[in-house]
Amino acid sequence: MSSEQVWEVFRQEAEGDPMVHGGSVNAPDAELALHYAREFYGRRQESHRLWVVPREAITELDDPDLLKPPFDRSFKRPGGYIIKHKLEAAKARAALDEP
Amino acid sequence: MDQQARPTQPSGDAEAFYAHVGSGGKVEADDWMPDEYRAAVLKFVEMHANSELMGVLPERDWILRAPNLKRKLALTSKIQDEVGHAQLLYRVAEDLGKPRDAMLADLLAGKTKFHNVFHYPTRSWGDVGIIAWLVDAAAIVSQQALRDSSYAPYARTMKKICWEESVHIMHGRDVVLTLMNGTDAQRALVQEALDRWWGPLMQMHGPPTDPARDKDLHWRIKAKNNEQLRQEFLSIYVPRIRELGLRIPDPVLRYDAPSGRWEYTEPDWDELRAVVTGHGPASQQRLEFRRLNFADTQWVRDALGGSAAAAA
Repeated sequence: MSSEQVWEVFRQEAEGDPMVHGGSVNAPDAELALHYAREFYGRRQESHRLWVVPREAITELDDPDLLKPPFDRSFKRPGGYIIKHKLEAAKARAALDEP
Repeated sequence: MDQQARPTQPSGDAEAFYAHVGSGGKVEADDWMPDEYRAAVLKFVEMHANSELMGVLPERDWILRAPNLKRKLALTSKIQDEVGHAQLLYRVAEDLGKPRDAMLADLLAGKTKFHNVFHYPTRSWGDVGIIAWLVDAAAIVSQQALRDSSYAPYARTMKKICWEESVHIMHGRDVVLTLMNGTDAQRALVQEALDRWWGPLMQMHGPPTDPARDKDLHWRIKAKNNEQLRQEFLSIYVPRIRELGLRIPDPVLRYDAPSGRWEYTEPDWDELRAVVTGHGPASQQRLEFRRLNFADTQWVRDALGGSAAAAA
């Protein structure tokens, strides 16, 4: 009915873990949403913490043009720097330079 | 959430959509999807939700007759899990556009289906063991395949459900093992239950379908066909049943090594069709109980100001 809304449920499995999306529940308010979330996502002591967030409060971005642009972004990742041969060359040069 | 088009699935482009799901792509609730795909997922998930909700009724009959407190707690907990699964699945289905009120109304009116195995009566505590062990095992074989569904909210829900179902199977196997280690009368109780449940179990995954014409398969709503699921169930569970000294009531049942498949007596597909359309031995009684229960709990839904609870 009209008074209900969808709440997205996030759960933390252990202290310090990231909050991970678990699913959603239907409830008229946050208090009842948390009760449902506890029943569905915390019945087996599998959750350390639960969040419920109104679905309307979520703003989504899933545009691959912005998130997965087709440019080479390897300079942003550690694996984008291949130093093996350069390191070998530098070490060899340093050895030659030793007095 | 807005409904902006994605390059992989441009709005309204059914061909691109089916190429996406056909190559293992996933669909989220707010993605554009063809109406026929939406309707097919909804029908599949709604039937699954109905089955979870109706499936607790045969077991509910045994809560007060459980042999001890530990069994009573375990059985009650299983029933709570199954109703929880119904709630999770109705939530998935609601996002596809059919309100929960309408799904419950259709179920109570006999317009939508639930699994064949929940249309039969239970006769003994042996049934509780056979249902929790083998009915849940047959169900988990298909549910595990659904973790790969193209409809991502369903696939994610199935991961959680499978995790809980694996506990139910252990509970059922433990009940059966305890009886098998008991008296001759207890062993006979299990054998008699298996004899009655074997037919419905073999029908449960449905008749073999032509994979080329099975849309649910083609669109990867489900990942395996009926016969694959039945073969998988037989491969795992026939040895586990036989090693306990139980007889499977099918003289034809054997593994054919050259073809790599189980041969079995053709299940009674007429019985399956009759049962799932509401003509099973306990169909009307179960629906009537659910209707009474729904009326009894109306005050709870009114008090909550919504339609949420369809509690058992």
